[in-house]
Amino acid sequence: MAATGIGARVERKEDFRFITGRGNYTDDINRPGQAYAYFLRSPHAHAAIRKIDTKRAAGMPGVLRILTGADIEADKVGGLICGWMIHSKDGSPMKAGAHPALAIGKVRYVGDHVAVVIAESLAEARDAAEAIVVDYAPLAPVVDLATATEKGQPAIHDAAPDNQVYDWHLGDKAAVDAAFRKAKHVTRLDLVNNRLVPNAMEPRAAVGDYNAGEDAFTLYTTSQNPHVARLVLSAFTGIAPEHKLRVIAPDVGGGFGSKIFIYAEETVCVWAAKKVGRPVKWVADRTEEFLAIAHGRDHLTHAEMAMDADGRILGLRVKTRANLGAYLSTFASSVPTYLYAPLLSGQYNIPAIYAEVEAVYTNTAPVDAYRGAGRPEATFVIERLVEVAAREMGQDPAQFRRKNFIRKFPHQTPVIMCYDAGDYDAAMKKALEAHDVKGFARRRRESGRRGMLRGLGYSAYIEACGIAPSAAVGSLGAGVGLWESAEVRVNPIGTVEVLTGSHSHGQGHETTFAQLVAGRLGIPIENVSIVHGDTDKVQMGMGTYGSRSGAVGMSAIVKALDKIEAKAKKVASFVLEASETDIDFRDGKFTVRGTDKSIDFPSVALQAYIAHKFTGQQLEPGLKEGAFYDPTNFTFPSGVHICEVEIDPATGVTRIDRWTAVDDFGVIINPMIVEGQVHGGIAQGIGQALLEGAVYDKTGQLVTASYMDYAMPRADDLPSFTVGHTVTPCPSNPLGIKGCGEAGAIAAPAAVINAITDALGHEEIAMPATPQAVWKAVRAVAARAAE
Amino acid sequence: MYAFDYHRPTTLKQAGNLAAKNAEAKLLAGGHTLLPTMKQRLASPPALIDLSGVAELSGIALKGRNLVIGAMTTHAEVAGSDLVKAALPGLAVLAGGIGDPHVRHRGTIGGSVANNDPSADYPAGLLALGATIVTTKRRIPASEFFTSLFSTALEEGEIITRIIVPTGAKFAYQKFRNPASRYAMVGVAVAKKGARVAVAVTGAGADGVFRWAEAEAALARRFTPKSLDGVALPDPKGLNGDIHASAEYRSHLIGVMARRAVLAASGK
Amino acid sequence: MPRVSMRVNGAQVSASVEPRTLLVQFLREHQRLTGTHVGCDTSQCGACVVHVNGKAIKSCTTLALSCEGAEVTTIEGLAAGHDLHPMQAAFRAHHGLQCGFCTPGMIMAAIDMVNRLGPDLSEETIRHELEGNICRCTGYHNIVKAIRAGAAAMGGMPLAAE
Repeated sequence: MAATGIGARVERKEDFRFITGRGNYTDDINRPGQAYAYFLRSPHAHAAIRKIDTKRAAGMPGVLRILTGADIEADKVGGLICGWMIHSKDGSPMKAGAHPALAIGKVRYVGDHVAVVIAESLAEARDAAEAIVVDYAPLAPVVDLATATEKGQPAIHDAAPDNQVYDWHLGDKAAVDAAFRKAKHVTRLDLVNNRLVPNAMEPRAAVGDYNAGEDAFTLYTTSQNPHVARLVLSAFTGIAPEHKLRVIAPDVGGGFGSKIFIYAEETVCVWAAKKVGRPVKWVADRTEEFLAIAHGRDHLTHAEMAMDADGRILGLRVKTRANLGAYLSTFASSVPTYLYAPLLSGQYNIPAIYAEVEAVYTNTAPVDAYRGAGRPEATFVIERLVEVAAREMGQDPAQFRRKNFIRKFPHQTPVIMCYDAGDYDAAMKKALEAHDVKGFARRRRESGRRGMLRGLGYSAYIEACGIAPSAAVGSLGAGVGLWESAEVRVNPIGTVEVLTGSHSHGQGHETTFAQLVAGRLGIPIENVSIVHGDTDKVQMGMGTYGSRSGAVGMSAIVKALDKIEAKAKKVASFVLEASETDIDFRDGKFTVRGTDKSIDFPSVALQAYIAHKFTGQQLEPGLKEGAFYDPTNFTFPSGVHICEVEIDPATGVTRIDRWTAVDDFGVIINPMIVEGQVHGGIAQGIGQALLEGAVYDKTGQLVTASYMDYAMPRADDLPSFTVGHTVTPCPSNPLGIKGCGEAGAIAAPAAVINAITDALGHEEIAMPATPQAVWKAVRAVAARAAE
Repeated sequence: MYAFDYHRPTTLKQAGNLAAKNAEAKLLAGGHTLLPTMKQRLASPPALIDLSGVAELSGIALKGRNLVIGAMTTHAEVAGSDLVKAALPGLAVLAGGIGDPHVRHRGTIGGSVANNDPSADYPAGLLALGATIVTTKRRIPASEFFTSLFSTALEEGEIITRIIVPTGAKFAYQKFRNPASRYAMVGVAVAKKGARVAVAVTGAGADGVFRWAEAEAALARRFTPKSLDGVALPDPKGLNGDIHASAEYRSHLIGVMARRAVLAASGK
Repeated sequence: MPRVSMRVNGAQVSASVEPRTLLVQFLREHQRLTGTHVGCDTSQCGACVVHVNGKAIKSCTTLALSCEGAEVTTIEGLAAGHDLHPMQAAFRAHHGLQCGFCTPGMIMAAIDMVNRLGPDLSEETIRHELEGNICRCTGYHNIVKAIRAGAAAMGGMPLAAE
């Protein structure tokens, strides 16, 4: 059993279907008689729609139906929602503009949904879409984040006349002002957190299916949280009540946050399926993904940190402008607020913190959670600040951090969070050794001899994961609770199906969750199936994001397994003719304490269903239990990443020479899978730091709308990673898990930029640090030296 | 893609007849530029003439002092050819650096040349080497073939049959890849044969591939990277600028890549 | 509509197709071989890589009609039941996949790499040769490991398994 239980490197149960081409992604699903949807999208960033003429298009070959915003209005299809209420400093609620699934009267970004053509084939739908004549009255676009709220800018939504969504703050301003008055040194930085496009390799897709006989809908969709999709589609768009709407998220090819949200396209596919009386399939092409998927990050920040003469941090002041795009996406409002500012304390003992965040509308694609969501932005702020502060004060950046590390737990920060457990110094020590930081000076000299610049950068990050205690997030504005559910069904022969509200789209839940169950029940892992992603099978769930599936999803399974064990003990007590309190369960066997009388788990399962050894009055037959788990706190994964770069000053090319990560994820279920999560997260963080950036031109056209212009990390952009761990178990959940899915993406950008600035001796470089940007910095340094 | 008619001739003669009859038709070689363009509905030829069935258009031979490369010879075939590796190793390296392995299995020298994408690799190499493009109608020196962005001296219905590449030059091509597309953001081919030195630049010119005369003159005096010190870089005014690289940066990279190409051509 | 015939995973198949049908559409929609994926529009991501006449190509940038008479191998054609191709086994053993979407193209590209360059592949070679395949999940670390191991395992088996 040890080979498959918690802590074992178990090969993934789900892999066989993927490596043999038998995965079942949404685009692989074809319903009898299905038609195809093609969305006509706005070519303008900002325009009034005067008229949509669909007459000629409607008569084209294969066309079944063309729908526009007028049909949305006529059918009273509710708009897409943002599920987290944020209040501004003055107490006013955020200004949420209407977000219809098909534009009504106005388009607000390039790619906005103007009409949908349903046709016999995709090619015919697309042909017809080109024949739709839309009379636009173009309006001045608001594209630049820095100036979006200035006087004279046109309003994107009537609800927000100055394009401001909210002006929010957190922390104690007076305390921070006092801290800065005491300061002996203040470090100031202006930072850009570049806009990213998530780019899961599977483009979004949806198939809407309507069964007229039962007046019921099925939606197959690329979702990280099918139950939330069903909830929103039922409660807000009003297309069908929950018991008449089944949402299936089959194999999903990566999400990284972008498939949390409820989008226009799947809404339209469900709605249109009934209108045309045929299943309706839509699959995004990559260009549509670039244009219309929720983007990530996009902050402008000014940050200041106050230190005493020794370099102890006294206070932190942060002012951020966050771009939320043209509409508020499902969780957009929470990302630059409660997922951001409460993390600004980092791993450090900072007595006073004050953060202000102004969120604005622009005529760009909506911006929402992308891997890390708020926490990478916070980490970038604090980890750039401490690195630069150390350099300015002539201190070693690692020692500067260690001096300021929090060392006593629990630790209440001035920004909501109460860190429950950690040992930041242990991770730092381990990372310094694993990376051979001592050898860096020698390596730098060796690079210098070859005319190359070498630099080293740290990132000591913290994240708040295991999202989240329902009451706590409710008090902060969340529209839902963030518990998770599980149901454990034991079959008569002792095999087990576990139904979970978590959703796996690469994380390997079918394996890790089975490891937990197999280990706990003492049965072979092959006898455990994990069922997820279907609202008809799993009663309710909140889905997978925020590194929550281990800490919250598995905790729900533990609770259900506790109930299974309790019930099974009762069954065993009847079979073994002993008192329930005298029965021990260990290694898959129920034993009467102090005797050799025992029965194994499968036999108990069989007895539970045969029900010959007890009466219905004594015990209910069967062995099936469910549980909901609501966490008591966030979890706080942390760690230290060290990046070492070599820069070719002739071209500006940055090569990452080595990378060391030491993470504290609490208890690890499957080290192989955890390492994979870290690798992937680091790659996305390196992508943000060196390669990726969504660029809109002044007219609001997305310049980076394909892989021709949006640089995705490729194999030769990246090194192999040295990954290690420290373990301080999380005290707030039964397994001691903290979560690992976002760590790399949170840690990496600051580590890379700290390394590049170290190599260059120049702090002003924005992400992505492309060869051109680095080359310019090299020239700036040379010019400064020449002065 | 919009709908189109499809022809797949098996002889050059058939292909020529089809091309003559279908003035609007496009020739399909490897398809790695044409098909993506058609998929995005940016091109809508009424017919495609697929040359992949014309066996006589493929193959590599050494004839006298020239390499003769059939127009439908793939990049992978050029890169892997023992003949090319022996006679002009830098050309094999150039071909082996185009696109990615899968693209090289389909993309062809004729297609690349006919398309004259401003960031394609072959035009710089062939221009530097003084190659000749042979068509169904005539022989066109590379110096007259590449006319401007995406345009060539080819006339309607004219099909490239083979490329004649003189051997015997010291030759190398160095490119700086666009971080996103991986196409050449700047590519510099350097060839030296006797007194003739040619430096051809791709990826950067506002008007497509061009020769860098100042560098040629300097390298003709002495074929070493140092000779380029002090040589004026191509004027950024004549170069492309985009989000990936300003014209100034491209100009700078031309100097860097040229030095590296000279070094590589010298076998260092 | 013109008719096209080819051998796919050893079976002779034939269908009438519109000329604009891409090989990937022919495989996914006509043959219902949905293991080959489409991840981009610009011939860069490599999710669609299959072998045509023994060479890795991007099936999103190849017309089905151009493959008349060709021998096509897709991800579905590698394993015999549960008997995996060594490269498939290596991807599983080394956790070379997460969401699985890029995986078929990666495996087809990896086998092609070994066919061209032999079974002893350095990390640098593998990273360079993966230029035409994008993965968003793994950071490539374990894909590189898997390909090294899969290549070595292929070295111990007779070549030209297709």
